[in-house]
Amino acid sequence: MTATPDAPDNARRMILKSAVAGGIAGLTLGAFPFPAFADADAKEWPADAFKQKTEADALKALYGKTAEASDKVGLDVPEIAENGAVVPVSVTSTLPGVTGIAILVLDNPNTLAAAYKIPQGTSAMVACRLKMAKTSKVVAVAESGGKLYSATREVKVTVGGCGG
Amino acid sequence: MLRKALLAAALVAITAQPLLAAGDVNPQADFKAFRKYFTERFPKVPLKDFVNGPYSMDEGLRKQWKAIDAFPPYQFAIDKGKQLFANPFKNGKSFADCFPHKGVGIRQNYPYFDTKSGQVITLEVAVNQCLEANGEKPFDYSKDDMAAVTAYMAFTSRGKPFDIKIPNDPRALAAYKKGEEYFYSRRGQLNFSCASCHVQNPGNHIRTEVLAPALGITAALPIYRSAWGGMGTTTRRLRTCNSQVRGVPLPGGDEDYRDVEYFLSYMANGLPISGPGARP
Amino acid sequence: MASTIRVRAVAGSGTTEVQSLIQHPMDSGFVKDSKGQLIPAHHIEVVQFEHGGKTVFTALWGPAVSKDPYLKFSFKGGKKGDDLKVSWVDNKGASDSLMAKIQ
Repeated sequence: MTATPDAPDNARRMILKSAVAGGIAGLTLGAFPFPAFADADAKEWPADAFKQKTEADALKALYGKTAEASDKVGLDVPEIAENGAVVPVSVTSTLPGVTGIAILVLDNPNTLAAAYKIPQGTSAMVACRLKMAKTSKVVAVAESGGKLYSATREVKVTVGGCGG
Repeated sequence: MLRKALLAAALVAITAQPLLAAGDVNPQADFKAFRKYFTERFPKVPLKDFVNGPYSMDEGLRKQWKAIDAFPPYQFAIDKGKQLFANPFKNGKSFADCFPHKGVGIRQNYPYFDTKSGQVITLEVAVNQCLEANGEKPFDYSKDDMAAVTAYMAFTSRGKPFDIKIPNDPRALAAYKKGEEYFYSRRGQLNFSCASCHVQNPGNHIRTEVLAPALGITAALPIYRSAWGGMGTTTRRLRTCNSQVRGVPLPGGDEDYRDVEYFLSYMANGLPISGPGARP
Repeated sequence: MASTIRVRAVAGSGTTEVQSLIQHPMDSGFVKDSKGQLIPAHHIEVVQFEHGGKTVFTALWGPAVSKDPYLKFSFKGGKKGDDLKVSWVDNKGASDSLMAKIQ
């Protein structure tokens, strides 16, 4: 994949998957097993982790470990989702040196919804919008000092986000 | 002599028939009563907040809406609408030539009563009339380009108060009255009227949805609904409401839809345009 | 044709807060169309943010991320006028990128 031009009105282009050694040197990623690339590269995508059906399996595939509950991981989700297709989720952490955040929806067809790589200098915070198939526990995981810490909240879903 | 009297009587009867005497229709009185009903039923809701529909009724929903509205999904529709507005038609003219103030900051004046054609003109109808007058194909009333153009136009009027006029013309009063009757008439297999949900049950749940109050209900249109995964126009919302009560949805531009939008928007006079909106 | 990416990046007190909205169907692969056929999964896989030649954030997304996905994060550094590059690639190999200016 070639580096894209800097024009602000780039058209959406079909670019086939191919290897690019974008190579940004000097990024400390800790235990996170993925290399850094200059451009979004599909090879980074942890396909296996996204197929898992349980929290333990997803975290094992992604980080090679399991998580322990911690009050240093903050998870802000609605009690009752207005619509399962767009559930605002916000994760923060007061843990030192957070290198990654992952969000899991335990009763979704596949548990892992999203994972984020946090380089040094980036805050331990992310907000996004997720689909939830039905009422489920949502688990936020933060990776810090080579260990995983989590917070869990249940979100009630009346209108499912997977077309149901 | 009798024949003349009969003829005169017949004429009076014919001319009086479709037109209401000014005394029968009193929009100002209706306006006061409508507003009083909602402000008394929901004393804690600030008047301008009614335009936020279900979010003025439910705190949990409101928080999620604020999170989504911070960077809303209807942004793409606004951008597309702005582009469509700027692109000239085949004959060199553009939307700006059809509307006062080049179409910017005027959404709060719609619908209006066109004394020339004797019809209510909604924003969507005006958009399509503009296209047809310039030799272009009219938009589908429910989504896509119509939603994009009206989203852009609504956005340029954000915060401006509704300013719907009912001229002292019996035809305008009649259209207003028909809109009011449509709103309060039951229809469909479920036999609900618009009022059944939006006057009798705002803030309550119907299945999983929280019902919006009728006061200001047209202010947020067009809307991006999470349920639709996309934009929908006033027409789309009205058609969906008709289908939801197992009634027959009307085609876009239908007189009943124009008249009910006229009635509802007049009831919202003074309330701010909040569109385009995000909804569950 | 316009980019699929919208960015609001604001610098203040030594950190830059970034919000992005990307136009993408994010089809999960679980939804059927009107004919009863499954709409195949079509979703962004990776989103990358770069500032000053350094990657400041990477998102790895599955199909459970909402349509027209939103993201907010913040990083130390960045000042008004700096460039912020945003790029994404999806499971079909399509991609887009945008060079945004920090406000």
